[in-house]
Amino acid sequence: MELKDKFISSFLAVDDFIDSHGPIYDIRNAAIKSFEEKGFPTKKSEAWKYTSLKSLLKNELSIFPKQENAVELKDVRKYFLHDIDTYKVVFVDGKYSSFLSQTTHDGVDICLLSAALSKDKYLPIIENYFNKVAPNDGMSSLNTAFAREGAYLYIPKHKEVEKPVEIINFYTGGETDLMLQPRNLIVVEENAHVQIIERHQSLSSNAVLTNSVTEIFVGARAHVDYYKIQNDQKEASLIDNTYIKQERGSIASVHTFSFGGKLTRNNLNFYQHGEHASSVMNGITLIEDTQHVDHNTLVHHIAPNCTSHQDYKGVFDDRAVGVFNGKIFVEKEAQKLDAFQQNNNILISDKATINSKPQLEIFADDVKCSHGCTIGQLDQDALFYMRARGIAEKEAKALLMYAFANNVLESVRIPELKKRINKLIALKMNVQIGFDL
Amino acid sequence: MGKFTEDDLKKELETKEYEYGFYTDIESDTFPVGLNEDIVRAISQKKEEPEWMTQWRLDAYRIWEEMTEPEWANVTYKKPDFQNISYYSAPSKKAKYNSIDEVDPELLETFNKLGISLDEQKKLAGVAVDIVMDSVSVATTFKETLAEKGIIFCSISEAIREYPDLVKQYIGSVVPQKDNYYAALNSAVFSDGSFCYIPKGVRCPMELSTYFRINQAGTGQFERTLVIADKDSYVSYLEGCTAPTRDENQLHAAVVELIALDGSEIKYSTVQNWFPGDKNGKGGVYNFVTKRGICETGAKISWTQVETGSAVTWKYPSCILKGDNSIGEFYSIAVTNNHQQADTGTKMVHLGKNTRSTIISKGISAGKSQNSYRGLVKISPRATNARNFSQCDSLLMGNLCGAHTFPYIEVNNKTAQVEHEATTSKIGEDQIFYCNQRGIDTEKAIALIVNGFSKEVLNKLPMEFAVEAQKLLEISLEGSVG
Repeated sequence: MELKDKFISSFLAVDDFIDSHGPIYDIRNAAIKSFEEKGFPTKKSEAWKYTSLKSLLKNELSIFPKQENAVELKDVRKYFLHDIDTYKVVFVDGKYSSFLSQTTHDGVDICLLSAALSKDKYLPIIENYFNKVAPNDGMSSLNTAFAREGAYLYIPKHKEVEKPVEIINFYTGGETDLMLQPRNLIVVEENAHVQIIERHQSLSSNAVLTNSVTEIFVGARAHVDYYKIQNDQKEASLIDNTYIKQERGSIASVHTFSFGGKLTRNNLNFYQHGEHASSVMNGITLIEDTQHVDHNTLVHHIAPNCTSHQDYKGVFDDRAVGVFNGKIFVEKEAQKLDAFQQNNNILISDKATINSKPQLEIFADDVKCSHGCTIGQLDQDALFYMRARGIAEKEAKALLMYAFANNVLESVRIPELKKRINKLIALKMNVQIGFDL
Repeated sequence: MGKFTEDDLKKELETKEYEYGFYTDIESDTFPVGLNEDIVRAISQKKEEPEWMTQWRLDAYRIWEEMTEPEWANVTYKKPDFQNISYYSAPSKKAKYNSIDEVDPELLETFNKLGISLDEQKKLAGVAVDIVMDSVSVATTFKETLAEKGIIFCSISEAIREYPDLVKQYIGSVVPQKDNYYAALNSAVFSDGSFCYIPKGVRCPMELSTYFRINQAGTGQFERTLVIADKDSYVSYLEGCTAPTRDENQLHAAVVELIALDGSEIKYSTVQNWFPGDKNGKGGVYNFVTKRGICETGAKISWTQVETGSAVTWKYPSCILKGDNSIGEFYSIAVTNNHQQADTGTKMVHLGKNTRSTIISKGISAGKSQNSYRGLVKISPRATNARNFSQCDSLLMGNLCGAHTFPYIEVNNKTAQVEHEATTSKIGEDQIFYCNQRGIDTEKAIALIVNGFSKEVLNKLPMEFAVEAQKLLEISLEGSVG
């Protein structure tokens, strides 16, 4: 049986016991129909031209883990941002781990989606927000149909969450051929503020495929900072779908650090519904071997006087493949807009590939839109300068690459996280120098 | 005249009529509508073609039958009914002309209206013109002068008869029959076009020029151009297009193949002014053209285009940089107004070492038009030290039009240096204010700004054409070009 048909029939089988009378029963049913219609994306579709899921979508894949696996704190400690206190929402093989988590209901709700779906007091929020911004493409629909668990964040008006929230998905590798469907819902009301760090981490070298959907609603003048750390094992693949709806005067920024994984696809969509909204998306991609990272971004400017800023840096070694497909869509109402998009890439090896497609679609006349894309090498003169001063080649190269990515790093607002990413970059480049000079 | 604002300009743009929308009553010999193998054979027979050419056309027809019309372009239009087009229409008083005097005077009148008075051009510019009317080449001027240098410049049907070896070797070598839907159609039914061969080491002493005109109603124009520049030669080639005003859409599906052998240079300039449809978007020409050139070692191909016409344009002049050290250039101005739609750009495929390409594209959209740039820069693994610079600027006038950019960049070599930048803007109020302050009225100011915006590309046109391109910009954006 084809994987698609298998998933559809397994949906029918579990249809009843998921939440037959829950608030999102109809949404799930609509989603499986839309998945049936659209199926998995193929290279024939423009948005997936450079990324094939064929090798990942094996017929043996299943959505529901058969057993529960526990992990020890000592094994996973290093994946937490341990030098500062954080809220934590932790999942192991798609199941919530209360032991590793630290949630709260004190003024704000930082807890589980499954809990929010089952309790009546959350009903108005779920009805207002669940699946309201995610499009009904194949992968998102699949997630909507099957997702049962994920983080649920509700930050009411004028609240500032005092410490960052970590959303971590561990995968134990206890069973192979699992396709996880985590689902996060984040509602940040007017003038509220939250910082979130998301991470997917495989604990063994077994293959895993994660199809994650995150919906973020940013209220008027609210501020959301979102950091994605993608430094997974070489056999783990991730399809990350993040959809952000912004109201008047809100600021939303998403930083994506893609260092690991076999295949990573980031679908990152911003929808600006209110005036003076500001969107920032930055990324650093640093990959090697046969890794494949695809950034697919969309900023949909619907309201006037907004800004958006995109800055993606990529360094590709060995046979790594990088894809950048950024799209800025400007409706004719979205006048006085300032949109900027930049994609800079460095190829280290002859076998590495970069496919870049920065795209503009503009229907308004009074706008300032620009994009730039470069592909090049490290500056030979700069390398020579450092070598002449006794800096070894490897270190000199690392320094240059670090400088290249520095723009993006500078905008990380959690100092401990910045330090952590600095370390990751040093590790990735196999150098001993500390970059937090 | 009082204060001329951008709104006035917009109004003027909307109402400005197509100046070349006349129909010349010339008796023509037109085939019945529809397309099948018999029609393809009949065209081939009519052109007195050898058997291999007939077979080549039939192969193309069979390939075309299997293909479906592409839909990926960012344009919407009513698909032409291919069985409702006459695939051959020729001015019937066809004779071999040796001099201008022998040409039908009515035809000459047509060309005078087009502003390409043959006599004048002969005297002033020394341009050799090959005129293709309803897809048949009617006059080639200056043939003898060119023949002295060994340059062959004639209609493609003549070339098929006279120089079969050259045609056989190169036709379809850059744009094969199966390349795309319209190229396959063109390969099957092309009725004429121009052929040009520059021998080794010869620098063509004058600009070569072709003028295309669709005259007869309900005909499609399918011409085929083949330009071969042998080693170390140089040629500058110009192409212009017009069509009369008609309510129904006319189809133009041409194929242009350029072959630049080692060390040669081809400069190919187009001023395209097909009827764009009236201001309600009725009528107009569908311009679905495949243009591609191949550069051998050290060769250079430069495409320059000024696109002001057509209801729908779908055109990507491309360069395959096959040889080491070869150079590809693309300079384009695309102006769309009213309901025009343009999806145009280029492909630069870097295969050889040290290959360089430059892309400068300027889009100006006004009225309710849609203007897209779609380009591909591909650096293959073998192409070490390849270099590309692309720049796409769009100028929007009014908020009913759209500007789109779809640049594809595919790099497989670490030594490549690729830069792409794009901007979209409107005419700045501060810029106009600055000019006003210095006593320059708004009309002149807009003219200055648009002219400055397009200058980079206009500068690349040969002298003879630059004047005409200016004229065309005036038609499309009257009042904005000084």
